[in-house]
Amino acid sequence: MDELLKILQANAIESRENIAKMLNISVAEVNQRIAKYEKSGVIRGYQAILNEDQLGLDTVTAVIEVKVSPQREGGFNTVAARISKFPEVRSAYLMSGTYDVLLFIEGRNLREVAAFVSERLSPLDGVLSTSTHFMLKTYKRLGVLMESGHAEERLSVAP
Amino acid sequence: MQKKDSVSLRNRINAMVRDIPRSGIRDFFDIVSTMKDVISLGIGEPDFDTPWHVRESTMFALERGVTHYTSNYGYLELRRALAKYVGKKFGAEYNPEDEILITVGVSEALDLALRALVSPGDEVLYHEPCYVSYRATILFAHGVPVAVETKPENGFRLTRAMLEAKVTPKTKVLMLNFPNNPTGAVMGRQDLEDIAAFARERDLIVVTDEIYGELTYDSPHTSIVSLPGMRDRTIFLHGFSKAWAMTGYRLGYACGPAELVEAMMKIHQYTMLCASSMGQKAAIEALARPDTDVGEMVNEYRRRRNFIAAAFKDMGIECHRPLGAFYAFPSVAKFGLKSKDFALKLLNEEKVAAVPGTAFGECGEGFIRCAYATSMENLKEAMIRLKRFIAKR
Repeated sequence: MDELLKILQANAIESRENIAKMLNISVAEVNQRIAKYEKSGVIRGYQAILNEDQLGLDTVTAVIEVKVSPQREGGFNTVAARISKFPEVRSAYLMSGTYDVLLFIEGRNLREVAAFVSERLSPLDGVLSTSTHFMLKTYKRLGVLMESGHAEERLSVAP
Repeated sequence: MQKKDSVSLRNRINAMVRDIPRSGIRDFFDIVSTMKDVISLGIGEPDFDTPWHVRESTMFALERGVTHYTSNYGYLELRRALAKYVGKKFGAEYNPEDEILITVGVSEALDLALRALVSPGDEVLYHEPCYVSYRATILFAHGVPVAVETKPENGFRLTRAMLEAKVTPKTKVLMLNFPNNPTGAVMGRQDLEDIAAFARERDLIVVTDEIYGELTYDSPHTSIVSLPGMRDRTIFLHGFSKAWAMTGYRLGYACGPAELVEAMMKIHQYTMLCASSMGQKAAIEALARPDTDVGEMVNEYRRRRNFIAAAFKDMGIECHRPLGAFYAFPSVAKFGLKSKDFALKLLNEEKVAAVPGTAFGECGEGFIRCAYATSMENLKEAMIRLKRFIAKR
């Protein structure tokens, strides 16, 4: 993968000047390349990675395995795309194995998630069955550990 | 009363040991360690933790009871894995049975090599600025250290002419360390061919410390052992500390002709017995996927190298472009301070620790060593502070 994308993936708010220094290219080239990625849709957005447990929000996250019957035209994509459009759906993946689509749903409480599953998701054409699990704790998200690391173990000066 | 005691004890210490100064790094550490909120560019070890699969395999080894002595040479399984790795990566073939010795870091391997080779009065050529231990290790082996100064105008590379000026009939060993700590210099194939020809003509044994061999940023590393006629007169030293971020494991190795490795093994056998068994198991795991582990670290170091080199340039600080290891060695001579004073003032005024160049030999005067084995966040803040510091000079 392009080094520029690696830098942005690690820290999307890194300054363009610093990125230019790290890659040994001009700021203008950095701007141009980022603009190109944004325009082509490779970069779809920039978000903060939150430790939501620490915020103490009373929301619930559910992980739902969905079995889907593929449609005559579009296969799994038609149904998966329709499911993905619900704002409650945070992430959606097509999977191999015993189910087809994996969803991450966020709701204000258990009842809200239950209502989503029974009233919106299950009745959809093409949805055969669902299996809902509730997430209890987040240890790591998007490659970032939610627990802060230990203090520096290294000596402050070493040969 | 106390004073009298200490004086009499001091006189009982072996004169050579007594007269060798402590490492300048150690003195500087004593000052830095009393201060809070210091950003340290003074740490000569990776900021990455050892790859998780390596740490996990260490725990598994402990669980299985891998807590006993190993062969003096080290586990044969590890030596076999190393023979493959060194053959592929550094271009020299070694028999794992008797040409590879597992040691407690490269530091021990270097000590063994010099003690095995040097007789009292033999001269050892080495290049400065260099790792803090070289001179002392030669002296401990009863050798005569002969320093060859490398210069920023040559990219701190070693040339044949520099060696010719210092070689004598008593010269027995030539020590090399590229990629270099503290300068970040590397030697290309052509540079090394000149040095190899010199070693062959003068019939010298080469001891090459290639601990930073994986960490080059603009071109792949070339080892002197891979050049014609060099394998049989070279002791190749390497370890896991830098490429795998395993400094605390203390695990290194020496490869060389069987007779030399056996001589080293004898000293190792009587003084150390073997390197730690669980560390050796971890090293076997480390060698299972070197490209994945090391590759991403190298990319990250390269970004930091680019960043720090550009930052120095912006500030008008002269620095030859570091090509390997994780050190930049900029000149601070124009600020009219001795290296040590510059480093102390930088520490006191801006809480940035960089090691005075003189810790790496007298010719390091006028330079400071900045290790970029620290997070990009730290590097950015350190450069802001350094800029503010020099604006006042």
